[in-house]
Amino acid sequence: MSIFLAMIQEAIHYGMVFLFGSTGETLIEKSGHLNLGVPGIMCLGAVGGGLGAHWAHQAGAGAAGIMVVSLLMTILLAGAGGLLYGLFTITMRCNQNVTGLTLTTFGAGVLGFWGTQMSNKGITFTEPSRIAFTSPLFFSGEVPDNWFCQLFLSYGFLVYFAILIAIIAAVVLKHTRVGLSLRAVGENPAAADAAGINVIKYKYISCVVGAAIAGIGGTFFLMDASRGTPEYIIDAMGWLAVALVIFSLWRPAIGIAGSIVFGFLYRLPYNISALTVVTLADKELIKMIPYAVTALVLIVISFFNKRETQPPASLGVPYFREDR
Amino acid sequence: MEHTNAIELVGITKAFGTKVVANKNVSMELRQGEILALLGENGSGKTTLMNMIAGIYTPDQGKIYVRGQEVTIKSPIDAYSYHIGMIHQHFKLVDLFTAADNIILGEHFHAEPSDGQNKGAAFFKRAGKRLAFGWLKHNRVKQLQTIVDQYGFNIDLSRKIYDMSVSEKQTVEIIKALYRGAEILILDEPTAVLTPQEIDKLFAVLRRMRQDGKSIIIITHKLNEVMAISDRVCVLRKGEHIATVETAATTEKELTDMMVGQKIDLAIERKEPVNPKPRLIIKDMTALNKEGRLALDHVSFEINGGEILGIAGISGNGQRELLEGIAGLQPLVEGEAIFNNPKENKPVTFFHKDLKQIKRMAEEGFFHYPDGTRVSLKGFKNKEIVKLVNDEKILFYEDEVIDLKQKTPREIQELGIKLSFVPEDRLSMGLVGNMSIVDNMMLRGYRKGRSIFLNRRRPKQLADTIIKDLEVVTPSDMTPVRRLSGGNVQKILVGREISSSPKVLMAAYPVRGLDINSSYTIYNLLNAQKEKNVAVIFVGEDLDVLLALCDRILVLCGGKVSGVVDARKVTKEEIGLLMTTVPEEVQVYRYEQEQDKEEVPHD
Amino acid sequence: MTKHVHEPLVHLSRRLNVSQKYAWAIRIGAFVLSMLACALITMIIAPEVGFGAFFTHLFEGTFGKPRLTWTLFRDVAILLLLALAVTPCFKMKYWNIGGEGQALMGCIGAALIVKTLSGTMPLIVVALIALVVAIGFGAVWAVVPALFKAKWNTNETLLTLMFNYIAGCIGAFLVKKLNPRTTGSMSFLKTLGDFGKIGDNQFALIIIIVAVITVLMAVYLKYSKHGYEIAVVGESPRTARYVGIHNKVVVIRTLVLCGVLCGIAGFLIVVLKDQSFKAESATDTTMGGLGFTAVLVSWLAHFNPWAMVLTSFLVVFITTGCAHVSSFGGLRSATYPSVMAGIFFFFIIATEFFINFKITFRKRGEIPREPDDLPPEPKTKVEAATAANANA
Repeated sequence: MSIFLAMIQEAIHYGMVFLFGSTGETLIEKSGHLNLGVPGIMCLGAVGGGLGAHWAHQAGAGAAGIMVVSLLMTILLAGAGGLLYGLFTITMRCNQNVTGLTLTTFGAGVLGFWGTQMSNKGITFTEPSRIAFTSPLFFSGEVPDNWFCQLFLSYGFLVYFAILIAIIAAVVLKHTRVGLSLRAVGENPAAADAAGINVIKYKYISCVVGAAIAGIGGTFFLMDASRGTPEYIIDAMGWLAVALVIFSLWRPAIGIAGSIVFGFLYRLPYNISALTVVTLADKELIKMIPYAVTALVLIVISFFNKRETQPPASLGVPYFREDR
Repeated sequence: MEHTNAIELVGITKAFGTKVVANKNVSMELRQGEILALLGENGSGKTTLMNMIAGIYTPDQGKIYVRGQEVTIKSPIDAYSYHIGMIHQHFKLVDLFTAADNIILGEHFHAEPSDGQNKGAAFFKRAGKRLAFGWLKHNRVKQLQTIVDQYGFNIDLSRKIYDMSVSEKQTVEIIKALYRGAEILILDEPTAVLTPQEIDKLFAVLRRMRQDGKSIIIITHKLNEVMAISDRVCVLRKGEHIATVETAATTEKELTDMMVGQKIDLAIERKEPVNPKPRLIIKDMTALNKEGRLALDHVSFEINGGEILGIAGISGNGQRELLEGIAGLQPLVEGEAIFNNPKENKPVTFFHKDLKQIKRMAEEGFFHYPDGTRVSLKGFKNKEIVKLVNDEKILFYEDEVIDLKQKTPREIQELGIKLSFVPEDRLSMGLVGNMSIVDNMMLRGYRKGRSIFLNRRRPKQLADTIIKDLEVVTPSDMTPVRRLSGGNVQKILVGREISSSPKVLMAAYPVRGLDINSSYTIYNLLNAQKEKNVAVIFVGEDLDVLLALCDRILVLCGGKVSGVVDARKVTKEEIGLLMTTVPEEVQVYRYEQEQDKEEVPHD
Repeated sequence: MTKHVHEPLVHLSRRLNVSQKYAWAIRIGAFVLSMLACALITMIIAPEVGFGAFFTHLFEGTFGKPRLTWTLFRDVAILLLLALAVTPCFKMKYWNIGGEGQALMGCIGAALIVKTLSGTMPLIVVALIALVVAIGFGAVWAVVPALFKAKWNTNETLLTLMFNYIAGCIGAFLVKKLNPRTTGSMSFLKTLGDFGKIGDNQFALIIIIVAVITVLMAVYLKYSKHGYEIAVVGESPRTARYVGIHNKVVVIRTLVLCGVLCGIAGFLIVVLKDQSFKAESATDTTMGGLGFTAVLVSWLAHFNPWAMVLTSFLVVFITTGCAHVSSFGGLRSATYPSVMAGIFFFFIIATEFFINFKITFRKRGEIPREPDDLPPEPKTKVEAATAANANA
């Protein structure tokens, strides 16, 4: 297998962490909420996913059982994080940045704490990860050694799930009445309200659903991308997911391609030594690319000031109907 | 028969707080299939009354009947369920969406209109059913477009709202209301933002809707429009219903009389202007409003020191742009504002002129000595000049002439032009709501002096003086102005603007929302300024006040000057007519003396 | 047609006159509740730490020994400085969440100078150059997003966020470039030695510097013309235009100030506090998220420098104390303190809601108060004066 193929495989693999995160964050931002708590929510999701997988594995469940329980727990914990964020920013109209940053602090803390507890107890996740997550979805044993199968069919369930969710999100946003209403809520909540849309309901649903999706990203990283070995960099990856939302101009479909680019760049420093000699320092410069490109995208879209590529107009502004 | 009435209001009363009664025992009815014009001055309670039908407010007292049935309307959505749609002045549209998406936005509308008697609504009903499920069809624009075209609207629904003109946005709002099954349409001043051609188009649409059996209420100020479009006219004045008449059986004059009412003697003291000399000369001032539409169209006038010039007009006819244009807050397309700084026989100071400027101006012959001989500073040492200036030995020959055109407020301030401005929205422009009274006093003068620190001593003295002299009710001078009542806020603002002893004082609606006593305090303050030879511009909405307070009244209509009249001789009706008639020809004003004068160097 | 109109039973309205007594009662209550919640949660997740033991460890870790107390106050000082730096931006409603990156650039500047110049000239000169370079780096990092904001109205929240991580990458790059053998940290313990110690005390200098800056910032915000302009621009951009304030100039000038303070903070962290510099990756640096915490500290204090002394103290108290709980209570978790800090923050953020909004429970069928009702005015002067006294 050529080194390039392996690199693309890895790009797709890691990219899905960003894709889950950015799809979730896009849904939240489309409702007018800048949730900087997404890295924390991804951490919470990872905690839920890990716990669920561990319990199901202990109970002797098979691959499907582990996956289902793990995802349910992910959705529960990450959704709870989203609900908490929603409670603070939608009902209580607290500052979104402040709430989000707190949630990130909290979520990353919980993940770290839980991880230590698990390793103190000698619990690892490599087994459930192997059984349910990393095993290829379309083959029971080895993946045939041709480029097509390797490139497209060699991944576990969640990779396809990530792409599926991103496509669904894109379609819902663009082609359904619900998506239209959600976009209206994020653009002009007063107009949406006047049109009979329940603004508060939409905001809550998008915060919780978005958080659940982002949470799966955390689980995916823990159980799939890092093969069950806890690495406490999920919050760092979460910030890249936030960056990816901007990079993809708030469009989940672009996010699919963007996530693979981000995944490629994210893994490039680790893979590049197989191709050429690079110093540790230069690797850091490569790591900078996703952030720098995102900053550039932000500046460029503000320069062109095209309405379609701007952040949702009411992003960060709390909605209170009586403030007219 | 009761059922001929689409809407009937009986004894509606609505008050805001304890002081402001917006509607007092109003009864009126809208017949099925008619266009009713609702006529009244600003603040006569038209919009409040309509908002109660549209579900924005609920009445304190009184009953609303829709098609003979008593109803309670609690929200706009509720109103739609009674087939009532209102098109507000501020459109509620999502800019980023196409017109079509804006029309189908929302899910709670009740696509169950009409009893089958109404063709137009049936169209929209069917369209609603076709599109009301979750999936947005690709050809939704096309489908809607077909229906809309059939109905005779001339609009491309695939365009985004942000690309559209005000008139197109309005059309989208109308279609939106129809799409939701509205049988009764209320339009709040729909023509205020439209060009004459667009108004014609709108009226054509309204007539077509009337043919379809819709009942329409149109709020307007313009009498010619009332005559052109309405079947009946309902006149409100100061929250009360005056009369409802058949349009065919009335005249513009009669309507004006009903709208403005009898002249009331307010017993505001008015002295003859003393030594009026032109202070501010506005020439061909032309400006665009926020929407990029012509708001001021070659407005020219002059105002003298020592007089109060009233500006009358329906709000939104260019008053805001005019004042902000003079104050340097509004970019001008064309025109000038010439300021005559009254300096004749007054000593020059170092306050606004530096040594270099004084030397240059002396060479150009601007100064004379107290004995009348011309000042030439050639051969003088700087020290000697400073002494002469400080001893007030160098006097101006004549007034200083400064063009305010395209100057920023700060430049105007730095030139020492004492221009005070009491803007219309006090808490979002003139004052900072969350700051204390003292800190608000500093807004104008905080920059003075070289120190990097603020000097709160003088603002505090000023605040305390204003609180005492104007009887401001406040817990202390450190109270945030947001917490004060409207009248007290206005006293603070007017007090501050007057305190800088201005040469020109502009006040926009300074008594809006104030009680009688506060209003008289403000009138007295303006009169006192007039006596100090200040040029006072007073933008008002109450004609009685304008007639009693001002010396001359300039009437704006459609961004043009429709007349300048002597307030002592004119009648209310005459002003009413001027306010509602857009002048055909714009008189281009020329200021003859301009050629004689050299512009004074400044900077 | 039957009508069913859903009327919420809970009605929210903004409080117009909030008495300070009420606000403080709520805040103190929230603090007490948050501490109880921390203790309870700790008991649940780690039963070996008792309820009482939680508080014992909490205080032991912070005030148990003089050295711990000194450390506590030094950390308070650093956090306070960062919070002070971002405060003028927030007052201006410029949502700069880039304090982390701006201070990190300061760290980088200081570290670069110490690394390259020490040994060639006296330590004090090196330190001064380091300070100047740190300030320059911080200021540039703060002012670039502000320029874009002023020019094209670029979203500053997202841009400063990205700038944080770009700064982290630059830091990691430089460390690894200068120190190819080691991982992402440089120690200056040997070169700096006793630099900055007052007598035997290595903490006092930082605390003194920050105390001075706190006073200056409080004065700047309240008594200087600049501070006044910042408040006017933040409260009402239209009024600012009306009195001739150039909004863009104020934004850029304020961000320069913010960057300067962040640069000073970076210098203090590298040269006086840690005597080392770490930038392992974009997110794992010397700053360790302190810049983000500072945003919270500033916001919780309502941008009031004096209140910030209290909020930053509470935050550091909880994190330091909980670190002690963690190590001596047998939790052995490095991130346990941030969980507790998160809980504390949630409680305090929630107070804003109870302070700013009034919740009225309505019986079924009753018509809610009109939202457009004018605020009630104080009826008499006596009443108004009483209200004012309550606020003072």
